[in-house]
Amino acid sequence: MNPAPSVIVFTVLSGMGFGFLAMLGFGLAGGAGGLAFAAWALGYGLAVAGLVASTFHLGNPQRALLAFTQWRTSWLSREAWAAVVTLLLLAPQALSDWLGLGWGRGFGLLGGAMCLVTVGCTAMIYAQIKAVPRWNHWIVPVQFLVAAGAGGLVLAKGGLWGAVASALLAGVLALGWRIGDRRFAQVGARLETATGLGAVGRVSVFELPHTGGNYLMREMIHIVGRRHALRLRQIAFAMVGPVPVLALLALPPLLAVPVAALCHLGGMLAARWLFFAEAEHVVGLYYGQRGAAVAG
Amino acid sequence: MTALPQATEKKLGLVIDLDTCVGCHACVTACKGWNDQGYGAPLSDQNPYGADPSGTFLNRVHSYSVQPEAGPAQTINFPRSCLHCEDAPCVTVCPTGASYKRAEDGIVLVNEDACIGCGLCSWACPYGAREMDQAAGVMKKCTLCVDRIYNETLPEEDREPACVRTCPTGARHFGDFADPDSKVSRLTAERGGYALMPEMGTKPVNRYLPPRKKDAPQEASLLAPLLDIKATGFAGWLDKVLGKIG
Ligand code: SF4
Ligand code: SF4
Ligand code: SF4
Repeated sequence: MNPAPSVIVFTVLSGMGFGFLAMLGFGLAGGAGGLAFAAWALGYGLAVAGLVASTFHLGNPQRALLAFTQWRTSWLSREAWAAVVTLLLLAPQALSDWLGLGWGRGFGLLGGAMCLVTVGCTAMIYAQIKAVPRWNHWIVPVQFLVAAGAGGLVLAKGGLWGAVASALLAGVLALGWRIGDRRFAQVGARLETATGLGAVGRVSVFELPHTGGNYLMREMIHIVGRRHALRLRQIAFAMVGPVPVLALLALPPLLAVPVAALCHLGGMLAARWLFFAEAEHVVGLYYGQRGAAVAG
Repeated sequence: MTALPQATEKKLGLVIDLDTCVGCHACVTACKGWNDQGYGAPLSDQNPYGADPSGTFLNRVHSYSVQPEAGPAQTINFPRSCLHCEDAPCVTVCPTGASYKRAEDGIVLVNEDACIGCGLCSWACPYGAREMDQAAGVMKKCTLCVDRIYNETLPEEDREPACVRTCPTGARHFGDFADPDSKVSRLTAERGGYALMPEMGTKPVNRYLPPRKKDAPQEASLLAPLLDIKATGFAGWLDKVLGKIG
């Protein structure tokens, strides 16, 4: 799939934002007064920036409100609702923390849980798509949730908690790559089934239907070199796992959190780029474009 | 509403005959021509006369080389358009309700006034049947020529999809798969019509007819019929004698 920058930035920023907001909601960080204001502002900023970035790839963003109508069937619509409900639920908690109103943690706990629901909905937009076998697996929502949780914990708590979450995230990413590399073959879609001509013999592309490019090829068929992908996987793994762990355990807390958070962000951008670029859509079969990124 | 209908009264769709399709792309042109001027946003082209032309099409014709176990490879032309799936994943993913499947005849359509151009439905379609129009920013797909098949201002023989009407070899057939006596149902039954990528669980309505078995050439040499003339009479007697001596 085409690794569109707007979607990569959206999912990474909003994931980290909702993860951090969840921690603030649960009362795991944030403090009071100006500090609380800054923390909540950062969380809202990340989450909202992500949501705004997601509208950049729409063909007709002026009709975006219609996306709230189909929550019964569409994960994208559910995500829109979950995001808005979450941001509204957390607002009283943010006010209370900032101004010391002492309204308890009810809104925070509820909103925190809704943060995770929102991230889960985002993940399901991808995981529901059978036509992209690499995405169509439970590991995808797990990856999204762990990424948001780790991002949130690194920002909110740093220290040992952040380190453990970062190590877990690196492990989950690695597991995802392992599972993902086998998915296409598991699903069993081949040019023979796509054309139904397997009964006649072995099928190969003789001529393409068009000499220029088209939307399908630009959007759905993206070939990444195997060596390139492997290097990026190593970078992503190091930047979400070992590097933040070291930073959080070795550097003084005031320096450790921003360093670890920035590393996490960079690593997640690389990982998310791979999430799209390595995901092969079965339509590629019709074009004879299958399998640059199939590691053994 | 992007919930799929439980069942549809009719199941309108196409049968595509891979035996007769000659890969002339007439259906591609007819489809583009018709859908350029009627239903919804016209199918735009980008840079059509430039170095890197591209455009929106609802029907594309691939060509494949198929190598049987014995004998030479065959060229098989393969038109690809929306299959109007019964379990259409493109419909249920749509956040706005723009994508829908009609309960009365099963046609899958896009209400362009409600489409935000998110592209998710084109990701959900395994067959590449949906293309986003780059000028209008809305999703385009085969309408089964809904503005022809019920159009009483057209002469009766034109009330079928443009691609079907135009195909010079009669490789595309239109009809109701819910009716077991319809032409498309009978063709499917007689010729072993099949669905594409059943492993995707979309339950396509359209069917493809497999190419018929090719005749195997009888003799190796093109001159074989000439060389095989049996001599009779005096020539036959001479042939026999010479055969014994040699
Ligand atoms: S072929 Fe694709 S666009 Fe058409 S109904 Fe099936 S899934 Fe939807
Ligand atoms: S591109 Fe349009 S029709 Fe397709 S899912 Fe998005 S809003 Fe629905
Ligand atoms: S039925 Fe109409 S819209 Fe669909 S491929 Fe044929 S000509 Fe195009």
